Amino acid sequence: MENKMKKVDLIFDQVDHLAILDKSLQRTQDEIILDVIESGLRGRGGAGFPTGLKWKFAKNEEADQKYVICNADEGEPGTFKDREILTQVPDKVLAGMALCGYCIGATEGYIYLRAEYNFLLPMLHKAIDKFHKELKKRDFDFSIRICSGSGAYVCGEETALMESMEGKRGEPRNKPPFPTSSGYLGKPTSVNNVETLVFALMIAQEGPTQFKEMGTFDSRGSKVFSVSGDTPTPGIFELELGMTLEQFVNEFGDGDTKAVQVGGASGFCVARKDFKNTLIGFEGIPTGGSMMLFNSSRSMYNILNDYLEFMEEESCGQCTPCRVGCQQLVKGIEAVKKGVKPPAYLEELQKLSDTMRIASKCGLGQSVPNPFNSIIQNFREEIIY
Amino acid sequence: MTRIEELVKEQADKHGRQRTSLMPILQAVVGSEHYLSEDALVAIARELDLSSADVFGTATFYTFLDTVPRGKYVIRVCKTITCHMKGKDEVIGALEDMLKVKLGGTTTDGKFSLLQANCLGWCHKGPVMLVNDEVYPEISAEKAVEIIGGYLKKG
Repeated sequence: MENKMKKVDLIFDQVDHLAILDKSLQRTQDEIILDVIESGLRGRGGAGFPTGLKWKFAKNEEADQKYVICNADEGEPGTFKDREILTQVPDKVLAGMALCGYCIGATEGYIYLRAEYNFLLPMLHKAIDKFHKELKKRDFDFSIRICSGSGAYVCGEETALMESMEGKRGEPRNKPPFPTSSGYLGKPTSVNNVETLVFALMIAQEGPTQFKEMGTFDSRGSKVFSVSGDTPTPGIFELELGMTLEQFVNEFGDGDTKAVQVGGASGFCVARKDFKNTLIGFEGIPTGGSMMLFNSSRSMYNILNDYLEFMEEESCGQCTPCRVGCQQLVKGIEAVKKGVKPPAYLEELQKLSDTMRIASKCGLGQSVPNPFNSIIQNFREEIIY
Repeated sequence: MTRIEELVKEQADKHGRQRTSLMPILQAVVGSEHYLSEDALVAIARELDLSSADVFGTATFYTFLDTVPRGKYVIRVCKTITCHMKGKDEVIGALEDMLKVKLGGTTTDGKFSLLQANCLGWCHKGPVMLVNDEVYPEISAEKAVEIIGGYLKKG
């Protein structure tokens, strides 16, 4: 089988981040934003909102203060790329934030770092101090601070993240208003994933063409993947978008891959028969980077149960469909497994999960049906027997 | 002024008394006291001029802001799927035997709490555990016992 996967090195390449910033500060905000729009860059945290448009919306708002937030609350099971990016190229992340600040007109930036990554704090504080001195030399008004999370997955959702930064329970807000018009402390805010900020910096350096020519129509450029599970080569890989799952499994599988969970506990489970027809990207199955491979020795019941228990614990409890739905799905598959409920009960549970998709307030509850329905449909026997 | 009130005042002087100061203060108190006692929550509420229910509500939302007493060293073993597949149960079993404590419990000398946590972000290097803020990836049952042995000696 031919393997067409192209490895890329935009994220981890060591570059002179200050030179890129200097060059960018010579250009107008609109020019840079247009480049980011033109490149086709979409948010790398999972949701995939076009980055350039987000910046444009935030720039167009009139306000006395605006904010840049770097979302480093990487909590999706199977994802660990943001930690690696922050560890290896922190300066590029900081410069990406400053670039965003320049473009939208914000003078304050925050990194929301999950508590599980607190060990990065001394290193990051040092990098920030150094960066601040460089900005001062340039007379460029922008400062960065770190807000620590405290172990809540839902705070990766941008509005919950801002609630947490404001000292409240991390419960997602209603949208609209969107953060670009009313975000942190009610001010226009651009919340971007760690990886997205670095890509934006690289696009400011290289221009939009190189990035745009990679990938597919809806999924331009490259992406950092976190590969784990039953694979001989677990780790972090930056790959050009647009590959099929078959190509991916040929590269990373152990020869016995029966399923791949694309996008973590809130993503989709793809079975072997569908590897060939499944594109990894916004046209097919999008992912924030999490790719978990499972071979035939694994019980899909255990995997589904693990994901559901995760969601049950991490549901903020604010809206009923998610709070009660998660609990009932966990109970429901256990009842079917034990024979307390007939196999047909799984269809009832799927109706419940479909309701959660429609009625939940935020992405957490809305995406529980992704793993649930895909695992039930692909591995029904394993759930029942 | 009690010791807790002094600690809270000191942290409020450092982080400020706005609502945005609440998380850093809660985190700092957990850092030094290992948990948020009722006295601490009330003291924080007073210092920041918030209702204690509001402060309690915020604190209990977050897994890492403990409101029950925890040990000096909080061990959190990742329980999410890839760490599960790589043997987190053996790690937990070995630590339970070593510390004579059940999962979720705290040793009688108040030194260690043994907990599970959701994905810690080391899926390629599981199993993994945190001891307070320190991270230990690619552990085994033996290695975990050795690491915690080091903390035992440290006192």
